[in-house]
Amino acid sequence: MGQLLIGLINGAFYAMLSLGLAVIFGLLNIINFAHGAQYMLGAFVAYFALQWAGLGYWWSLLLAPIAVGLFGIVLERTMLKRLYHLDHLYGLLLTFGIALIVQGVFRHEYGSSGLPYGIPSQLSGGYNLGFMFLPTYRAWVIVFSLAVCLATWYVIERTRLGSSLRAATENPALVQAFGINVPRMITLTYGFGVALAALAGVLAAPIYQVNPLMGADLIIVVFAVVVIGGLGSIMGSIVTGFALGVVEGFTKFFYPEASNTVIFVIMAVVLLVRPSGLFGRSTRAR
Amino acid sequence: MVAVLVLAPFFVYPVFLMKALCFALFACAFNLLIGYVGLLSFGHAVFLGGAGYGSAHAAKVWGFPPEAAILFGTLVAAALGVVIGALTIRSRGIYFANITLAFAQMVYFFAVQAKFTGGEDGIQSVPRGVFLGLLDLRRPLTMYFVVLAIFLLGFLIVYRAIHSPFGQVLKAIRENEPRAISLGYRAEHYKLIVFALSATLSGLAGATKAIVFQLASLTDVHWTMSGEVVLMTLLGGLGTVFGPVVGAFIMIGLENYLATLGAWVTIVQGVIFVVCVLIFRRGVVGELGRLLRRPL
Repeated sequence: MGQLLIGLINGAFYAMLSLGLAVIFGLLNIINFAHGAQYMLGAFVAYFALQWAGLGYWWSLLLAPIAVGLFGIVLERTMLKRLYHLDHLYGLLLTFGIALIVQGVFRHEYGSSGLPYGIPSQLSGGYNLGFMFLPTYRAWVIVFSLAVCLATWYVIERTRLGSSLRAATENPALVQAFGINVPRMITLTYGFGVALAALAGVLAAPIYQVNPLMGADLIIVVFAVVVIGGLGSIMGSIVTGFALGVVEGFTKFFYPEASNTVIFVIMAVVLLVRPSGLFGRSTRAR
Repeated sequence: MVAVLVLAPFFVYPVFLMKALCFALFACAFNLLIGYVGLLSFGHAVFLGGAGYGSAHAAKVWGFPPEAAILFGTLVAAALGVVIGALTIRSRGIYFANITLAFAQMVYFFAVQAKFTGGEDGIQSVPRGVFLGLLDLRRPLTMYFVVLAIFLLGFLIVYRAIHSPFGQVLKAIRENEPRAISLGYRAEHYKLIVFALSATLSGLAGATKAIVFQLASLTDVHWTMSGEVVLMTLLGGLGTVFGPVVGAFIMIGLENYLATLGAWVTIVQGVIFVVCVLIFRRGVVGELGRLLRRPL
């Protein structure tokens, strides 16, 4: 049961990060390689807010996504925007460069050891469920991230805003002709995806500590999750995120040696059987 | 280029040159894929690092002479290339980049845990030995010329592959894959062949590097290494013959000078990436070629 819990926690982070990637990929058609760095930035904003301004966890939960989201918007307006007419690979390379810069700067300032960040007092402690001990904070992370994921899904799949967003994914020129400001929508979408990463960063801060490299390796796993779920599929990334977290947790229990590779093995199998991912529509040629 | 490289060890530190040559070959092999087929592999470190482990293991544990060890390492990379290529080649663009990256990470975790790779320590103090029973590689200059010969061999293979009917088909696939297929070319076969070739040559670079530095370590299989080779090729010029060589020498030189500054290396690499993508997409050699009005 303990492993199931750890798996669910990891799954919550996978789901939130791959959701952000999926939203960004859906509209911008770029793989946001800076996603891990932006997740790390979210955690650092929480750390700074506490150290410099004395603002606690709850303020960070609000402030970090806004701050990092704005950073993302600036990136999109000043750099990414210039690359839309080119091969999408350049977007990947650009965000990779940005990730290197951001991680390099923080590593230069803070080294690669973790900085501690305490659990907020309202969420410390835990419940004894009889068969296992459930720390309140972990339960909170799972519930909160599930709520965020489902809210995002609802907005994109069930509201008017979401439908124009999906329409812009299919045919930007036509949607623009209907009088919707597509470039602004793209900017805001990128900002939103980045904000999701930052939010996950704040949630992760009390569990994993704040570390300049916390996003660097995580992001690769998340890429695999996204590939398994089907690139650009909203529900796919949420479900596979949680499911793979659990699978990883169980593998750690039954066969620890394979726990790091199991997700990649699943990815290879899925690719052989369904190249566009479990929830993906057929791969469009581009 | 050959003349400069033959004279260079008398003026510049040979170990630095050997490192740059290994990476130049690696970048040339990588360029074969991105520059001529338009496939961005983000997992090429697997072939460099995998071959490194192969040759280091063969030389140290099995006592192979260096030429056999390098050959064995290259074969390891070729086998990896065929397997990974067969699994990934059907995807394209961003999907391909993502999937190769994930496979590379899988191999990385395998290398962390497997016994023969030595985990965090890697395989250390690999003997250099005597090349073909004649050339004593413990002397730096001899080692340098052997590395140079291997590099030139690899470079020639890449050059011949590009300037051949095979290379023309590759370019046709890059420009318009459905049309190439409708003309009767089996695009997937071509892509798989070039992927395997690229992996094999990357392996040649990695196997040689392991013998030169007497070390095979996790750094060479980690995905940051895959990023580095992208950077070298991009900086030198995608799809140019000499670009990757120039890019590799610039990057290795930079790393050498910035090594004492720690995290600054990453920052500088990131800045170069951003600048190249935003305003310098042709790369050094690409821009030169434009000034001279002919392809280099």
